[in-house]
Amino acid sequence: MAANLVNYLEARLNFSLREWLAGLRPMQAMAGVVACSLLLAACTTVAPPLRGTGDLGIVIERATGSVQIVDTTHQALLGRVTGLGDLSHASAVFSRDGRYAYVFGRDGGLSKIDLLRGMIERRVMQAGNSIGGAISQDGKLIAAQNYVPGGVKVFSADTLALISDIPATYGTAGLRSKVVGLADAPGNRFVWSLFDAGEIWVGDFSEPSKPRIEKYKNIGREPYDGLITPNGRYYLAGLFGEDGMAMLDLWFPEQGVRRILDGYGRGQEKLPVYKMPHLRGWAVAGRKAYLPAVGHHEVLVVDTETWNEVARIKVSSQPVFVVARPDGRQVWVIYAFPDNGKVDVIDVETRSIIKQLSPGRTVLHMEFTPRGEAVWISSRDDNRVVVYDTETFARRKVLPAESPSGIFFTHRAARTGF
Amino acid sequence: MDTVAQLIARPQPWRRLMQILALLTASMAAQYCSGAGIASPPDAVRQAQLISLVRQDCGSCHGMTLKGGLGPALLPQTLQDQPVAVLKSAILHGRPGTAMPPWQRFLTDAEAEWIVVNLQKGFPGGR
Repeated sequence: MAANLVNYLEARLNFSLREWLAGLRPMQAMAGVVACSLLLAACTTVAPPLRGTGDLGIVIERATGSVQIVDTTHQALLGRVTGLGDLSHASAVFSRDGRYAYVFGRDGGLSKIDLLRGMIERRVMQAGNSIGGAISQDGKLIAAQNYVPGGVKVFSADTLALISDIPATYGTAGLRSKVVGLADAPGNRFVWSLFDAGEIWVGDFSEPSKPRIEKYKNIGREPYDGLITPNGRYYLAGLFGEDGMAMLDLWFPEQGVRRILDGYGRGQEKLPVYKMPHLRGWAVAGRKAYLPAVGHHEVLVVDTETWNEVARIKVSSQPVFVVARPDGRQVWVIYAFPDNGKVDVIDVETRSIIKQLSPGRTVLHMEFTPRGEAVWISSRDDNRVVVYDTETFARRKVLPAESPSGIFFTHRAARTGF
Repeated sequence: MDTVAQLIARPQPWRRLMQILALLTASMAAQYCSGAGIASPPDAVRQAQLISLVRQDCGSCHGMTLKGGLGPALLPQTLQDQPVAVLKSAILHGRPGTAMPPWQRFLTDAEAEWIVVNLQKGFPGGR
């Protein structure tokens, strides 16, 4: 406990207590030790509030390297945690007890945040350029997906000690690919895609230090992101270099990767994509999946039993996030530059846009409360998070935040693929 | 000077051909623009907007610190030896066969040039 706190303070203040003490004369050192002990005693007696975490979450403040801890019941900001590095394109997963958020920073920082104490519990720099991560089925492993050096690293969720390092090496020249679309799967597996190589890898971590890796090659050009269905059975990689998606049935991996939605843009001019769509945070509503088309201003509706396309919904621009309200009746869509101030709500019965909202300039993310009565939406350039009622579309609350991007609530802890 | 046939006979001739086409287009566009007298550099207000555009929106692929993401790094060490016209053309017209889209809907020729020159020097607005 005290050692944790020393490590935490040292990491935050960028100084070594031991070196400092070593540099002092004996009496000063003694006084230093006493002062530090008093300080530690004072700190450790501050107990976190006695409360659950089921209605907590975090809002990433991308430009300042901080997160706001939020309470979705009272629609309130509880406090800010700083010192998290470069949080552009940051994402988070939660420990299964819902107490800790693991934040993956762009600069390779991996931080474990205690939501109750509102502080960094542990922090490691694990790569040079990172894009996100996942938590294992048993909650014991944190996997980070990295662009540089390209690969996946797996850490102890408890201590953030490195357990396994899997370089995304491909071809014969020893090149390393950027890794995208990392997802957790049943059987304590992680699944990820290699952007540069066009491969899907499945890692079985039932023996965490000796993972068994299965590689699927030639799955299509430039997989840009991936998702896993809510039941953990199907892994889908979206392709940027081709019209279509690559699908792996994890119940029957021996059948290999299959192409779905092949040639969905055929005969249409491909429009410029000013921001890559994100697939994690998928929209699966009932039996249908709602997926962003790439280079087309459409949401593709797919039957998740046959994996055939059943409809297309015309939308305002290039979709970036397509997310279902938890009850599956609505699908909310946000867009790429320059149409990133709009939010469209699709009614799944009529497959039409029933509402358009304007929460502010540059909408980057949205997150539903656990049962979906409200949605929180971040507006980066208006420095605010807007909370909407999803039935009446009334604004319930506007909360200030510094360049907010990702919003992540703790109920993700209990869901495969989050 | 290579003939078109020689270019095509080389490995990866299409990339080279694309570059040449892009250069021609860019120089024609530049002539057109200078003729219309709109090649003046962006003013301070517009520069601030361009800094935000590059850091935030180009940043969604190249990283907010421009050290690269799905797209390559846009740092002085990676860009300073490349011709301004080639880089400007990549911004305005995109790079076919890659994820780089054309930005000419949003940027004038002079603005693209201002971005290129500043990327090569070390882009402002970093922390």
